[in-house]
Amino acid sequence: MNLQQKTRLSRAEALLSLCLIFSSVFFGPCLSWAQSETPESITESILRLADEDRDVVETTVFALGESGDPAVLPILEALRERSLYLWFNQEEVRTVVIGRELINRGDVSGYLVQEPYGGAAMKNEKGAPLFLPEDQLESIRLSRRLRIKISPMLDRLRLFSPDAATRESAATKVGLSGDPEALPMLSKALNQEKNRWVRFSLTEAIGLIRLTDEDPAVRKQAAETLGNIHAMDSIPTLEARILTTDDSDPEETDIAVKDAIQEAIQKISAWQVWTRTVETIFSGISLSSILLLVALGLAITFGLMGVINMAHGELMMLGAYTTYIMQEFFVAYLPENVRNFYFVFSIPLAFGVAALFGLLLEKSIIRKLYGRPLETLLATWGISLILQQGVRQVFGAANVDVASPDWLTGGIRLAVGIQLPYNRLFIILLSVVSVVSVYLLVLRSPIGLKIRAVTQNREMSACMGIITERVDAWTFALGAGLAGMAGAALTLIGNVGPDLGQNYIVDSFLVVVTGGVGKLAGTVGAAFGIGGLNKLFEPGFGAIYAKVAILLLVILFLQKRPSGLFPAKGRHIDV
Amino acid sequence: MSDKKKDDISQEIEEKQPKGIGRRSFLKGSATAAFGLAASGLASGLGFPGIVRADKGKGPIKIGVLHSLSGTMAISEVSLRDVVLMAVEEINAKGGVLGRKLEPVVVDPASNWDLFAEKAKELLLKEKVAVTFGCWTSVSRKSVLPVYEKNNGLLFYPVQYEGEECSRNVFYTGAAVNQQAVPAVEYLMSKDGGEYKKFYLLGTDYVYPRTTNKILRAMLLAKGVPEKNIKEEYTPFHHQDYQTIVQKVKAFSRGGGACVISTINGDSNVPFYKEFANQGLTSGDVPIMAFSVAEDELRGMDTSALVGHLAAWNYYQSVKTPQNKKFVANFKAYCEKNKLPGGKDRVTDDPIEAAYFGVYLWKQAVEKAKTTDVDAVRKAAYGQEFLAPGGKVKLDERNHHTHKPVLIGEILKNGQFDVIWKSKGLVKPEPWSEYTSPDKGCDWVDHQGTFKKA
Repeated sequence: MNLQQKTRLSRAEALLSLCLIFSSVFFGPCLSWAQSETPESITESILRLADEDRDVVETTVFALGESGDPAVLPILEALRERSLYLWFNQEEVRTVVIGRELINRGDVSGYLVQEPYGGAAMKNEKGAPLFLPEDQLESIRLSRRLRIKISPMLDRLRLFSPDAATRESAATKVGLSGDPEALPMLSKALNQEKNRWVRFSLTEAIGLIRLTDEDPAVRKQAAETLGNIHAMDSIPTLEARILTTDDSDPEETDIAVKDAIQEAIQKISAWQVWTRTVETIFSGISLSSILLLVALGLAITFGLMGVINMAHGELMMLGAYTTYIMQEFFVAYLPENVRNFYFVFSIPLAFGVAALFGLLLEKSIIRKLYGRPLETLLATWGISLILQQGVRQVFGAANVDVASPDWLTGGIRLAVGIQLPYNRLFIILLSVVSVVSVYLLVLRSPIGLKIRAVTQNREMSACMGIITERVDAWTFALGAGLAGMAGAALTLIGNVGPDLGQNYIVDSFLVVVTGGVGKLAGTVGAAFGIGGLNKLFEPGFGAIYAKVAILLLVILFLQKRPSGLFPAKGRHIDV
Repeated sequence: MSDKKKDDISQEIEEKQPKGIGRRSFLKGSATAAFGLAASGLASGLGFPGIVRADKGKGPIKIGVLHSLSGTMAISEVSLRDVVLMAVEEINAKGGVLGRKLEPVVVDPASNWDLFAEKAKELLLKEKVAVTFGCWTSVSRKSVLPVYEKNNGLLFYPVQYEGEECSRNVFYTGAAVNQQAVPAVEYLMSKDGGEYKKFYLLGTDYVYPRTTNKILRAMLLAKGVPEKNIKEEYTPFHHQDYQTIVQKVKAFSRGGGACVISTINGDSNVPFYKEFANQGLTSGDVPIMAFSVAEDELRGMDTSALVGHLAAWNYYQSVKTPQNKKFVANFKAYCEKNKLPGGKDRVTDDPIEAAYFGVYLWKQAVEKAKTTDVDAVRKAAYGQEFLAPGGKVKLDERNHHTHKPVLIGEILKNGQFDVIWKSKGLVKPEPWSEYTSPDKGCDWVDHQGTFKKA
């Protein structure tokens, strides 16, 4: 059997070399991959992966894994993911390729293949990506046992991956495996590493492995290092070292090392408390900014104008769908490199669309209902239902997919264990900008003066020559526009679907009512109060009871101060 | 006038069935009622054809479709209506059932649980449907259950659920907990799955996640996972702010070996996965195993944050069988032809498949029973096998649930799943979990539904 294997293999090799010769003469189809710089020994090994003898395959996998050559990483990854294929082309030449995503070309399904060594995309003779139909490929599959054995090898090779996040995750995994054989590779990686966070993970990994070193001095130093860098992932390992169980003494016997470990645990725990505080504060600010953003429009339509605007949420939904349309437009008509900026354009556009809709709404319906708040409630509720069902008709009942732009995914890392997501930072910034703009517009500009005059005393304003209808229309449009903008911003954190508005309408009213109807400062204060308290309660209470607690507090608060945080003084708005 | 009389009489029949009546006495009761009815028909001198759900006529067989077409659940349930209607069209094109065409009666319970019961009553009493295909959420099923039991209707329920139910009038074509959640967690604990040791059970606060997690907790404890390595947490429906929870997951996962078991429902998923990715957690370090995220939901999501995370189902659109290839193509063509939203971009998923083969299982049972009479069909349905798109499925001989394969899939960028693990053969359904109710069983042949094991 073994003999047979060998003959087949050598035939394959012969064919391959034949192909090499041919290709150099005819520039045939095999030219492109034959010319790559794959070392010959590796080429042979790769072919051996398709061998029928399991032992040959196993030895080959280990040889590849231990080569320490980062360019073999794609081979092993593909093996693990079962995306390594043997390709029989028309000339019966065997080539190993990687095929990741199955795509359709006309009626043929197949793969755009990659070079196993290095993972570069393969090209056909015309220089276009090489497409191979599925039926010419035979999957190379490993036994489950071997697939599992590949994982630690992969992690070690990934220490040298070009992607920093991969290196970092690999370092942590290698460290937690506690395998002393990985030390030389970790040290090598640390020496050439530039990225601060990967260096951190590598240091942590080395520390973790050295905790089991024979020399107590090395162990002590490792514990000290871990404590000094606040290596949070190492706490379970550190604790396990000094843990006394019923039937065994702790693994760590040296008293000095024990003390060092204790101290390290204390340092890391103290750091953890600190990071948790920072995280809680940040999430409180973030939630508050979202509440503020969604309530700001309502603070104008409900707070200033007295319209119980149940369609507020649907105006947000319009803004979100505007963002979706913008994204689709950018993807369909504009080059790839500007696609990521669709979001910059969709925020003002969402404002515009929602404001325009608000204007129409005011002119057609709301105008007739001033001073009758309960009727505005019913009318706008009806409008909200019409809008929801309308969107369902046009876009379908399913949610639509709005991809956050690349520059708003991920987060900025401030320190070990603290990462602030970009999308949340963006929303905080947007809400600050919005509040300041609204403040300047309503309280510091001539237009704002008119708005306030009309909302406070319509008749008197009319007498003074203000065209109250126009002011009403524009004020409502402003509130609607702000809602639309909030909707656009919310696509960064949530779904875009016909029900989007329903999720926020209660929160919006809660903020405006608690803050005191008609007061911008009240809205800001209430948003921060509700958001902050919510995040303060949540770690202890859980999401559900935190919400219950907030509602209870708001009810109690409104018992005490029925007009909210900052009650409007003097004559009321909807007289 | 005669119509009015009929209604009165059918109401009488209902009232004649006290709660918890045995099958036998029920049959007797309805027989007398039918006799009385026929007699009264004769007496009034009007030979009106057919009585309550009788199947002697030559006209079409009415079947009910009870899925929300508006409101929050429309997002998931509309697809089930579509696929049921497609199956009906297929069956009618081949001559119908027992030589009679199927006539679907579609109603919209509008994601309103009370309306579900009302519409179910309408289907059973006014439309006199032979069978109903419907419901998604457990609460909607619980709401129609008394209606079907009282009027001896027949409901095919196509969604994976929490179990602990064993109704004579329902066939469950979705997975029980032991056909989805339990094997998924066993997979995560296995060598192949990554030998995870810490489990964060995260769900939306309603009956399915709570019951599933109760079973999972019992199972994890039974398998020797210490209490401190299991964490359970719930969020309200439509929860959007996952900052604190992701921070907790992060703290929980320190030291490695942690995974998240998610029974988060519907629109909370996108905010959750986005926050997860943005706070720097990856599927490689802390995978999320989800039981409520399928292709149809992924259609409306930005999948970039979900890639690499896992799901457990009994079927995926990517399952490679010849019949599935045809099924997927037919469904897309059907949606395009009927100008349904999404058209040829529509996808199939587990509940869609379960709804589809449910129609065929019922058809086979009717053909075996040679009648649409509920009791006869029920008995004929036991042990029915069907070559579903995802492979062979079989209705259990006793417990009204379905034998299905279990598949673990990894989410791909295009919103599809790559199947990374498959159970050996079909998994037998256990409505009562061995971990939480070891003494209970479900059997409609030797027992009257739920019984106490000796």
